[in-house]
Amino acid sequence: MNASTPNGQPNLINGANGSTEARLIVENVTVEFEGFKALSSVSFTAHDGNLIGVVGPNGAGKSTLFNAMAGLQPMNTGKVRVIGRTAKHPDFLAYVPQREKINWRFPASVEEVVMLGRSGGRWRWFQRPSAKDKEYVRYCLERVNMWIHRTDLMPELSGGQRQRVFIARALAQEAHVFLLDESFSGVDVGAQKYLVEILRGLRDDGKVILMATHDLTNLAERFDQVLCLNHHVCAYGPPNEVFTPAVLEELYGAHGVTITGSGPNHRQHNESNG
Amino acid sequence: MAEAILDPFQYQFMVRALIVSVLVGAVCPLIGGYVITRNLSFMGDALAHGVMPGLAVGFLLGFSPLLVAVPAGIGFAALIGFISHRTGLGEDTSIGILFAGMFALGLLILSISDSITVNIEDILLGQVLGVSQTDVIITAGLAALVVFLLAAMHRQLMFTSFDPIGAKVVGIPVQAMDYVLLGILALVIVLSVQAVGIVLVLAMLVVPAATAYLLARRFINIMIIGAALGVAATVTGLYLSYHYNLPSGPAMSLTAIGMFAVAAVVRRRVTT
Repeated sequence: MNASTPNGQPNLINGANGSTEARLIVENVTVEFEGFKALSSVSFTAHDGNLIGVVGPNGAGKSTLFNAMAGLQPMNTGKVRVIGRTAKHPDFLAYVPQREKINWRFPASVEEVVMLGRSGGRWRWFQRPSAKDKEYVRYCLERVNMWIHRTDLMPELSGGQRQRVFIARALAQEAHVFLLDESFSGVDVGAQKYLVEILRGLRDDGKVILMATHDLTNLAERFDQVLCLNHHVCAYGPPNEVFTPAVLEELYGAHGVTITGSGPNHRQHNESNG
Repeated sequence: MAEAILDPFQYQFMVRALIVSVLVGAVCPLIGGYVITRNLSFMGDALAHGVMPGLAVGFLLGFSPLLVAVPAGIGFAALIGFISHRTGLGEDTSIGILFAGMFALGLLILSISDSITVNIEDILLGQVLGVSQTDVIITAGLAALVVFLLAAMHRQLMFTSFDPIGAKVVGIPVQAMDYVLLGILALVIVLSVQAVGIVLVLAMLVVPAATAYLLARRFINIMIIGAALGVAATVTGLYLSYHYNLPSGPAMSLTAIGMFAVAAVVRRRVTT
């Protein structure tokens, strides 16, 4: 395993042991909005079977990174590769958007939402689910323990149940890389634990799962690796190793160091970037 | 009773009116399901008023007004997208500008032309009893096209409506789908204007679908039940129009709203 690179000079660090080529390779991704660098040369790799937390303050570029990876946000420079998959196909990667981006007034049932995961890629007119699609959707819903809720409407579900349905949809896409944007928001603690349990099961199947979160509690229990992002990669590695005082200060300023209690003498650097 | 129901159809014009009423009643709630779940009411109302100049020009030149209004409606929808993109103004502001502008232009054309063949009231309130043979054929063709398009792209339209970002990630052309939906909406509005008029198209777009939203759960059932309610409303409105010499638009709209009131009292949906 590796150390962190708090100096902001990212190099390719493997997210896990192993000499085979990583499943996910993010290389030198830079995104600029009107001269402001939202992401600056972001690079990292991840091997199969990793549950990775992407942490950083609000506005650090977590969503921008995910959007760039999913092809929703044009990049100024950089490349995202998912080995063995091509972009513009549903199995390239799956994306679970923030809940604010969903139209909750639309009366989609649980089963329909997961079935939508099987409707991308090649354009098909008069698309009807095949028997194989239906069987696969059932498998995906059983994986997240939502099959009994298959006829429920999405707006009627709790926050945790909604996230489980979206995870099932990502599974239905047969993607190997999952991007989950703030999936814990609006989900109570018990349901968060259950989500982590489900994600661990998928991780054990070899999926690469990245979840953006601004919640720094229980990181060590939840994630195998943590990617600290504040417009650039501040650190990347196992949660118990990455949070050096220097990294925390880079992420949250001196204030962040004092509230986490790991750096007693950092108050003198009294610069808070909120 | 049977006489009141069957008598009107000894007249050809009533047979034509019935056909158009059934088509309008069935097709409006199909697109109406999207209108009520995607907040397109204002867009629908604006599109209806925006086809006014197209209708006016069609009447004056002696074409079927539908032939001119269809491209006008689709052009209007595209123009709204263009103005929002170009100026950075909110979409509803762009809609408001075009809504008022096009409606005013339509009124102006009609008043300048001083034509005796066109009755402004018929355009505004609908006069289904006056539809011609050609109008019936065009209406049937457009209705068939609308049903075909909605069925052919049902999955893609649903995905885009529920989760546009997720849809884009799996490779559905979301922006194109939005324009397709507006294009279909324009078609529906144009074919409905003759029955319910410009001012009240919105009632047929929104009310039967909203009633169905109270009664059904799944989206596809909202479309189907909405279509059944829509036909019930337009046909009932047609009879009221015939027997009591009322303009067809208000008669159909109020029938639909009466159904909604009953449904709202009988069942209230409790969701967030």
